[in-house]
Amino acid sequence: MDAEFWAAVIAGAILAGMPLLLAALGEMVSEQAGILNIGLEGMMLFGAYGGFVVANWTGSSWLGFLGALIAGMAVAMLMVVFCVRMGRDQIVVGIAILLSMQGLTSLLHQVQFGESYPRLDGVPSIPIPGLSKIPVIGPSVFDQPLMFYIGIVLIFVVGWVLNKTNLGLNIRAAGWKPVALDNAGVDVLKIRTIAVLVTGGLAGLGGGYMAIIAAGVFVPFMTHGQGFIAIVIAMLARGRSVWVLIGSFLFGIALSITTALQLVGVQVSTDLINMLPFLVVILALALFARQSYLPAALALPFERGKR
Amino acid sequence: MGDMANQEAISAGPVERPAAWRRYGKEFWRHFAPVVYGLAAGGVLLLILGKNPITFYWTTIESGLLSWNGLMQTLIRLAPLLLMSAGFIVAFQAGLWNIGGDGQFLMAAAVVGGLGASMVGAMPVWLALVILCIIGFVVGGAWTIVPSALKAYYGMNEIITSLMMAYLGTNLANYLIKGPFITDVGFVPQTNVIPFADLLPNIPGTRIHVGIIIALLVLAVVHYMQTRTGYGLRLRILGANPKAAVHAGINVKRDIMSSFALSGALIGLAAAVEVLGVWGYVRADWNPAFGMTLFAIVFLAGLNVMVVIPFVFFFAIIQIGGHEAARVVGLPNDFLLLLVGLILFFMVLTEWARIKSAVSKKLKKTGAGSGPGTDKAVTDGR
Repeated sequence: MDAEFWAAVIAGAILAGMPLLLAALGEMVSEQAGILNIGLEGMMLFGAYGGFVVANWTGSSWLGFLGALIAGMAVAMLMVVFCVRMGRDQIVVGIAILLSMQGLTSLLHQVQFGESYPRLDGVPSIPIPGLSKIPVIGPSVFDQPLMFYIGIVLIFVVGWVLNKTNLGLNIRAAGWKPVALDNAGVDVLKIRTIAVLVTGGLAGLGGGYMAIIAAGVFVPFMTHGQGFIAIVIAMLARGRSVWVLIGSFLFGIALSITTALQLVGVQVSTDLINMLPFLVVILALALFARQSYLPAALALPFERGKR
Repeated sequence: MGDMANQEAISAGPVERPAAWRRYGKEFWRHFAPVVYGLAAGGVLLLILGKNPITFYWTTIESGLLSWNGLMQTLIRLAPLLLMSAGFIVAFQAGLWNIGGDGQFLMAAAVVGGLGASMVGAMPVWLALVILCIIGFVVGGAWTIVPSALKAYYGMNEIITSLMMAYLGTNLANYLIKGPFITDVGFVPQTNVIPFADLLPNIPGTRIHVGIIIALLVLAVVHYMQTRTGYGLRLRILGANPKAAVHAGINVKRDIMSSFALSGALIGLAAAVEVLGVWGYVRADWNPAFGMTLFAIVFLAGLNVMVVIPFVFFFAIIQIGGHEAARVVGLPNDFLLLLVGLILFFMVLTEWARIKSAVSKKLKKTGAGSGPGTDKAVTDGR
C-alpha cells in the first residue's frame, strides 16, 4: 500500500462522496422539517440531467450547476404541492417522483443525445496554496474544483442555519412539533415548503456534481441508488451536519476503494467490498439502537386545526 | 398508509347505498381512473416528442395481450408479480414499510438458483421443486429478520434498515453467484442450470408454468387471512394505529416480526417461482427490480389482494407489450417507469379531490361550516 494507493482512495472517495454529501445535506433539512423525501434519487437524477444539458449547451459549468439547482427545485415543487400543501402520503409521492424521473430523464436523454453522446470538458481544479503541497493528502484533497469547496462550506452554513438561527428553529419545530409552531404564529406549511425546496436544490446540485464534475456525461440511472444512501446518511446524522460530512466520505471510500485496490493489483470481490458500508450501518444501528431519533412528526402531513 | 386503509373505510362509510352495480362501477372507476389519466398524460408526452401515442398503446396491447405468444408471456410474468405484491400488501397493511423487497427477492433467487441443479439431480424432481420453493420462502423471510427485530425491539425506522438489507442482499446474492455457486457455463458468471424438463410443469396445452396457480392460491389464502382471521384483524389494527394495538393487548412485537417475515417470505417465493419456472439458473447482476414499480401497483389497488389482481395483470401487459411498443416507436424501455410514476401522481391527485369533495358535501349537509369539527368525520381517518 503506497502513497499512490491512498491518494487514489482519497480522491475517489471525494469524487463519489460529494454528490452524497450534497444530497444528504438536503435530505437532512427536509427530514428535520418533518418531510421524508423518498424521491431524493429522482431529484438527483433530474438535477444531473438538467445540469448536464445546461452545461453542454452553454459550455459553462457554473450555469450547469445553476441548471442542476433549478432542476432539483422544480422536482421538489411536486413534493411541495402534493405532500406539503395537499398533505398526501410522502412515501407514495416520493416513489412516484423516483419512478417518473427515472423514466423522464432516460426518455429525454434518448431523444436528445441518443446518437451524439456529447461529453463535457473537465472542470478546472483550484489548488489551495500551501495545503496542496502536503504529500498524499494535498493533491487529492486540496486541489479540487471550486464546487467542492462550496459544498464543504455549505455543510457549515446549513449546520449554522439549522442550529443557530430562527429559521432553523422553525424548521426543526416543523418536524418535531408542528402544532406548537403553528400556535406560535408561524406558517408550518411555509416552513416546510422552504425546507423541501432547499432539499431539492441541494439534491439537484449533488446530481449536477455527478454529471458535470465526476462523470462529464449524463447516463440514465447514473445515480445508482445513491439517493437512498443519502437518505440513510441523513437519518443517521440526525440533524448534525458534520455527521453528513463524515458519513458521505465513509460511503465514498467504500464506493471507490475497489477501483483503488485494482489500481495496485489487489483483486477482491467488488460485491463484498460494496457490502461493507451497509454492514457497518446495520451493525451500528443494532449496537447503538435508540428509540426516538427521528423527528416526531416525520412523514406526517400537517393540517391546521386538526389534532 | 395504514392510514390509507382507514381513510377508505371512513370516506366510503355509506350514508345512502346506491344499487350494487353502481357501487361496484364507482369503486372500479375510483381505482382505475388514475390509470386512464396517467396513460392520457403519457400520450400527450409522446405527442410532444413527436411519437404516435396510438401506435404505442396499440402495440402494447397487441403484443402483450392479443397475440397468443404475448398473452402467455404476460401470464407467466404474472406469477412473480402477484406473489410479490401479496408480500408487499401483508407488510403495508400492518403499517410496515418493507422497502427492501428487491433484496429479499434476489437473495432467495440466488440460493434457489445455486442449489437448484444439484437438488433436482439428487431426488425426485417434484420433491426438489417443492423443497426449493420452501427454501425461497424461508430465505426471503429470513432476510427481514434484522429490520423487523430492530423495528419491534428498538422502534427503529424500518425504511432505512430494510433498504440497507436490500443493498446487502443485492451484493451478497451477486457474491454467492460469482463465488460458491459459480459454474463454467456461459460468459457471464451464473449458477448451474436446471434442465429445462425439470422446471415447474406447464399448465397442459400452454407454455405457462404452474407458478400462476400457486400465486392465485397464495393470494386467496392471504385474502382469507386478512379478512377472516384474528391475525389479519390484528395486523390491520397494527397498521391503522400501533398505539391502539398496544392498548388492545396485542403482542405488537410478535406481530411485527411475523408479518414482516411473511412479507419477505412471499417475495422469496416469488423469486423461487420465477427462477424455477422461467430461468432454471440465475446470472450475476440479474435484477428485474420489480420492487419499486409494484409499490405503485399495490397502492393503486388500495392494498387489497383481490383488487390487485387486475392491476398486476394490466401491469404485466404493459411490461411485456411495452417492451415491444417502445422498440417500435423508438423509445427507451424506461418510458414505462414514467407511465407508472404519472399514474401514481394521478392516484394521489384523485384521492385528494375525492376527500375534498366529501368534505364540502358534508359541510353542505350540516349547514354552514362551523369550525374545524365539521370535517372531522370525513378526513380524520388519517
